[in-house]
Amino acid sequence: MIPLIAWKNILYRPLNAMLSWLLLTAGVAIIAILLLLQEQMEQQMEKSIAGIDMVLGAKGSPLQLILSAVYHLDSPTGNINYAEAQRWMKHPFVAEAIPLSYGDSYKGYSILGTTQGYLEKYEAKMASGVTFQHDFEVVVGAGVAEKLRLMPNDTFLGTHGRSVQGETHEAHPYRVSGILQPTGTVVDNLIISNLESVWAMHTEQEDGDSTAINMIVSADSTREITAVLIQFRAKMGFILWPRMVAETTKMQCASPVIETNRLYSLFGIGIHGMQYVGWGIIFLAGLSVFIALFSTLKARIYELALLRILGGSRLQLAMLVLLESIWLCLAGYLSGLILSRVGLWLVAKSIEKEYHYSLNILQFRWPQEIYLLLLTLAVGILAAIVPAWNAYRLNMAKTLAEK
Amino acid sequence: MLQTRQVEFRYSSSVRFHFPDIQCGTGEALLVTGPSGVGKTTFLHLLGGILKPTTGEINVFGNKLPDMTERARDQFRGQNIGIVFQRSYFVASLSVLENLTLASWLAKGEKQVERAEKLLESLGLSDQKFKNTAQLSIGQQQRAAIARAMMNEPKLLLADEPTSSLDDEHCFLVAKMLQEQAQTAGAALIIVTHDQRLKNLFPNIQRLS
Repeated sequence: MIPLIAWKNILYRPLNAMLSWLLLTAGVAIIAILLLLQEQMEQQMEKSIAGIDMVLGAKGSPLQLILSAVYHLDSPTGNINYAEAQRWMKHPFVAEAIPLSYGDSYKGYSILGTTQGYLEKYEAKMASGVTFQHDFEVVVGAGVAEKLRLMPNDTFLGTHGRSVQGETHEAHPYRVSGILQPTGTVVDNLIISNLESVWAMHTEQEDGDSTAINMIVSADSTREITAVLIQFRAKMGFILWPRMVAETTKMQCASPVIETNRLYSLFGIGIHGMQYVGWGIIFLAGLSVFIALFSTLKARIYELALLRILGGSRLQLAMLVLLESIWLCLAGYLSGLILSRVGLWLVAKSIEKEYHYSLNILQFRWPQEIYLLLLTLAVGILAAIVPAWNAYRLNMAKTLAEK
Repeated sequence: MLQTRQVEFRYSSSVRFHFPDIQCGTGEALLVTGPSGVGKTTFLHLLGGILKPTTGEINVFGNKLPDMTERARDQFRGQNIGIVFQRSYFVASLSVLENLTLASWLAKGEKQVERAEKLLESLGLSDQKFKNTAQLSIGQQQRAAIARAMMNEPKLLLADEPTSSLDDEHCFLVAKMLQEQAQTAGAALIIVTHDQRLKNLFPNIQRLS
């Protein structure tokens, strides 16, 4: 009955509760969005770099090399000579090396030339069809297949570069040989072929003569790739390779872990700043709950005295005030969570469009969102302590005598 | 039987009230009158266990109010004493019916909806039961307050200036209802008032001075 009265009291004076509720909703929504965004980004990014110790590629920004070679979020830093790269790929420190050749795209999704080892590294299994076996055959990541509605045996033309409006390679259409299962990694948003397809596509383009393909493809020394994903056998590689590669070649080595951490610390500043804004709003909400409770307490003092007259205890009066604050905070928390999902859905749509990163918006963040709930409730309890104490101390006779 | 003996209440060393001994049995009615400032409301608060006397004895059907703890007095009042005030107080966010069932819930832990509806009917408020209390006229509010005071079949019904804000018609109606309800429930009725109109209706009068 007391909880019910508390709830009805809120509804009876909706304007009083409105400001507090709106502030709580906004504060909780901001924090929940940031939690989800940060967590899912990090999760996807970390899954994508698992098992990659080092990336070998053309000189340039190491961050760009990682962003392009691992996450396919940026343009490549340049090409490297395949023959030269192979000398490093066979280095005794290396457990596994996967060559990558990329730069083309289809409707904004990167087309990646690589080996079967790439699919094995990300444990990408076929959902339908078979893996690429011949030139110009591709397997399509789950996300791409869903967005572009690609099916096995579909054909399409690749575009030079990453932009959607780029020049198309019209001479050789790609044929989809299979679709991959979702992996929760960057693979979901890639179109993957063998290395030779990418080479053929470009040598032909440059020569303008289709008969030249085989000839040039077979000329090993002029072949180029974009980057190599390296997994070390000996951890010494971490220390020795960057210097060795930098001193003796025109290539560079970049560590995905270091560059990714650098990236986090860059956008981490923004996320932390926004989090403080969120907590600030929740604090204001607490203040607003306090003011609302305190100001209505005067108007409701007779009601509270009446409850005592009818046999209610001091504790019940205090609970009534406390519960009003708690209900309000719970309502704010719930609507904040809902708003965060709606907001995230909008953010996810734009992120997917620009970066082909998909977010799972219906996920509940355990345990962070429980902490958020507890903190919101703590704010509610804190805001209600003084008003509840005043209700507890209420002097019945004096209240009733003041007419 | 309600009985008081040598009841005194001090707000401070200079403001003190000494009250005459009274008694009032089951089904009886007693009018307590007097000019403003003689402590009529204080007396009613003492009888209802809202205040504790500085000295003296208040015995409500064998229960000595001053000896009880505050919580026990609250509970005893909820279960055995109905109080009607000059201005009727309600929980504004609840309907008339809910305000009545609230009284039985606070006193006994159960919402007696049937009893509440029966009381509202006997006081002519059946049509108003789902309304907000603020939507009732003052006369209707006072009747609803009487219904609420009767919810737990009290042994003692106290009324503090129940008629002073009502016109003649409602004054007599409310007085009659108080009397009827007290008699049906077998409660002792004590009305504290300076309303001259009630003097003709109640033969037992105790003047405070």
